[in-house]
Amino acid sequence: MKMLAANRLSDGEAVWLAADGNWVDEISHAETVRDKDGEERLLAAGRDATGRNEVVDAELVDVEIIDGFIRPIRLRERIRAAGPSIHPELGKQAKKSAVTLA
Amino acid sequence: MYRYDEFDHAFVKARVAQFRDQVERRLSGEIDEAQFKPLRLMNGVYLQLHAYMLRIAIPYGTLASRQLRMLAHIARTYDKGYGHFTTRQNLQFHWPALKDVPQILELLASVEMHCIQTSGNCIRNVTADHLAGAAADEVADPRPYAEILRQWSSLHPEFSYLPRKFKIAVTGAERDRAAVQVYDIGLHLKKDAAGRLGFAVYVGGGLGRTPIIAKKIHDFVPEEDLLSYTTAILRVYNLYGRRDNKWKARIKILVHELGAEAFAAQVEKEFVELQESTLKLPDEDLNAIQAYFAPPTLPARPEGDALVAREAAVNSGFAAWLNRNVHTHRNPDYASVTVSLKGIGEVPGDISADQMDAVADLAEAYACDEIRVSHEQNLILPHVARANLKAVYDRLIEIGLATPNAGLVTDIICCPGLDYCALANARSIPVAQQIAERFADQRRQEEIDDLKIKMSGCINACGHHHVGHIGILGVEKKGAELYQVTLGGSGDENTAIGDIIGRGFGPDEIVDAVETIIETYLVHRLDTSETFLAAYRRLGPAPFKEALYGSEAKAA
Ligand code: SF4
Repeated sequence: MKMLAANRLSDGEAVWLAADGNWVDEISHAETVRDKDGEERLLAAGRDATGRNEVVDAELVDVEIIDGFIRPIRLRERIRAAGPSIHPELGKQAKKSAVTLA
Repeated sequence: MYRYDEFDHAFVKARVAQFRDQVERRLSGEIDEAQFKPLRLMNGVYLQLHAYMLRIAIPYGTLASRQLRMLAHIARTYDKGYGHFTTRQNLQFHWPALKDVPQILELLASVEMHCIQTSGNCIRNVTADHLAGAAADEVADPRPYAEILRQWSSLHPEFSYLPRKFKIAVTGAERDRAAVQVYDIGLHLKKDAAGRLGFAVYVGGGLGRTPIIAKKIHDFVPEEDLLSYTTAILRVYNLYGRRDNKWKARIKILVHELGAEAFAAQVEKEFVELQESTLKLPDEDLNAIQAYFAPPTLPARPEGDALVAREAAVNSGFAAWLNRNVHTHRNPDYASVTVSLKGIGEVPGDISADQMDAVADLAEAYACDEIRVSHEQNLILPHVARANLKAVYDRLIEIGLATPNAGLVTDIICCPGLDYCALANARSIPVAQQIAERFADQRRQEEIDDLKIKMSGCINACGHHHVGHIGILGVEKKGAELYQVTLGGSGDENTAIGDIIGRGFGPDEIVDAVETIIETYLVHRLDTSETFLAAYRRLGPAPFKEALYGSEAKAA
C-alpha cells in the first residue's frame, strides 16, 4: 500500500496527497492505493502539482493500515509524518494525537 | 573583529537582491525546481524532512553580540524559537519558509552575515580554533588568515564548480582544536627558526564514507605565500579530481590515489608559477586584516584569583564548572569560558532564542563583545576576567547553560540525524540524550575524565564519529535503526580513525554498550591519569570486544 508524499514549495511543509486532490499536512487524510494503477494515478497527480509549483520532491511512500490508522513502513516517513521525535511539542504531532512514531 | 568594507556590503546586498528575485520567480512558477535547486543551495537553503533548512556561515566561528542577537530575532520571528550549531561552526535553522528566506538574508546582511558557500561544490566556510586570539599555547591568531582565505574564496570564479565541496581549517596552536587533519586543507600556523610565520600544510583529510587522515605536504609555507600555495593545491585538484563519481570526488581520494609525494610535486609545479604573482600577500594587506583582529584591551584584574578561590571553596557547582569549562588564557588575569550547549537530556548544539540573547548580553558585559562557536557544538566566551567568572557562571546557571561538562562523556558531538535530516539512516539525537542521562552524575563523569563521544546519523559523518574516542554511526538495517561503534578515534594533533569494534547495537542496546565500554576502561586503566584514549591505545580492542560480545568475540 502506498501514499504520495511531498514538500510544499512555499514553506517546505511535509504534505500528502488526499483523495480530493488537495495536499494535506496530516497523513490520516492522505489517500492510500493498493495497486499499480493507483500508484500511477498518484504519481501523475504529483507530476501535475509539481508542474503547477505547489509541491516539490513528490514520491510514493510505503504504508500499512493498523487499527484503522495509516502507518508509514519506514521510520523516516513516520518521523516526517509526526515531527522530530525529540520535540513532541513541534511539528504535526503537536496538534494531532493520531500520528505516532510507534 | 573583521568588519565589512564597502565592497563586502555591496557584494552581500547584491546577492540578497539576486536571491530575492530568484525566490519570487520560483514561487510564481517562472522557474522550476531543477533550475532553482542549485540557486537555493548556493544560498544555504536545503530541503529536509519537515521543512527547509537554512545554513548560516559563521566565519571561523567568531560572532559579535549584535550578530547573535540577530540570530535570536530570526529564530523567534521566522523559525521555531531555536537554532542548531554544527560541527562546521555554522548555525542551522530547521524550519524557515522559503518565502521568508530573502527577508532573513537581508536581516543577516545588516549584521554582516550571509549563507553564501554553505553548500555546493565550492570552498566552504573556513573554520578555525575556537580559542583563537585567546589561547595561551598559540603562536599567532589564525583568524586573519582564515579571513584572507574567506575573501579570496568568496565567489572565486575558478573554484566555484570544483569536483566536490572543499573545506579548509586553520589552527595557530600546537594543540589542534580545529581538527585540521580531517580537512581538505588543514593549515597549522607556526614560526620557523628565524621567527617568521608560516604554515604546515595538510591535504586530503576527510571523514564520510572513506575516512582518511590528511598528509602533510609542506612543512613551512611562508605566510605571504598562503594564497599562491592554496591556489596551487586547488588547481591540481580542480584539474585532476574525479568528476565521474561523487564518492571519489573529494581531494582525499586524489591525494590517496596519486600518493602524497606525487601530489605535492604537482602542487609545487603550480606554485612555482604562482609564487611571484599578484597572489603574493603584500605586508600592507596582511597588516590591514590583522588589525581587525587586534587583541582586545584587557585591563589588569589581579583580584580575580583570590575571588575565584573564595567562591570555589564554598560552591562545589562553581568549582566543577571552573575545573571543566574554564580554560587558560594568554593573559593570567583572564580565562576563556565554554558555554555548554550539552545540558543533560538537551539536544547537542541547540540553543533557544532567549538563551542566544542572554549569551549576547553576557559577551557584551563580560567578554569584549565576542562569542565563538566551537566545532564541538558549544559556545565560547573567549576573554573573561577571572574576577568576573562567578558573575558569568551565575547568569549561565539562570539560563541553563552552565553544565560543567566540557570534554566529558556527556559533551557529545551529534549531528541532527533522522529527526531532521533527509539523508539520515537513523536518529542520533535521542541516543546522545540517553547517553548523557545515563552518565549525568557529575562525580562519575569526572572519574571517567576526558572522553569524546561523537555520533552521526549516516555515513556522511557530520558528527565526526570516525574521530570520536567512542564513535557511533547510525545505519538502517532491515528497516530498523542500528548503531555501529568505533573506538580509539581522535581529532587532534594525533589524529586517528577509530576501529570498528564489531556488530552493531539496536536502539535499546547502544547506551548499555557505551556503558560497558566505559566500565571496561575504568577496570583496565593503569591509574586515574590514563585517559580513555591512552588506555585504548595501550590495550587495543581486545578487552572491549570481550566485554561487549563475550564468547561471540572469541569465536570470531
Ligand atoms: S551525518 Fe548524515 S544524518 Fe547526520 S546530518 Fe550529516 S547527512 Fe544528516
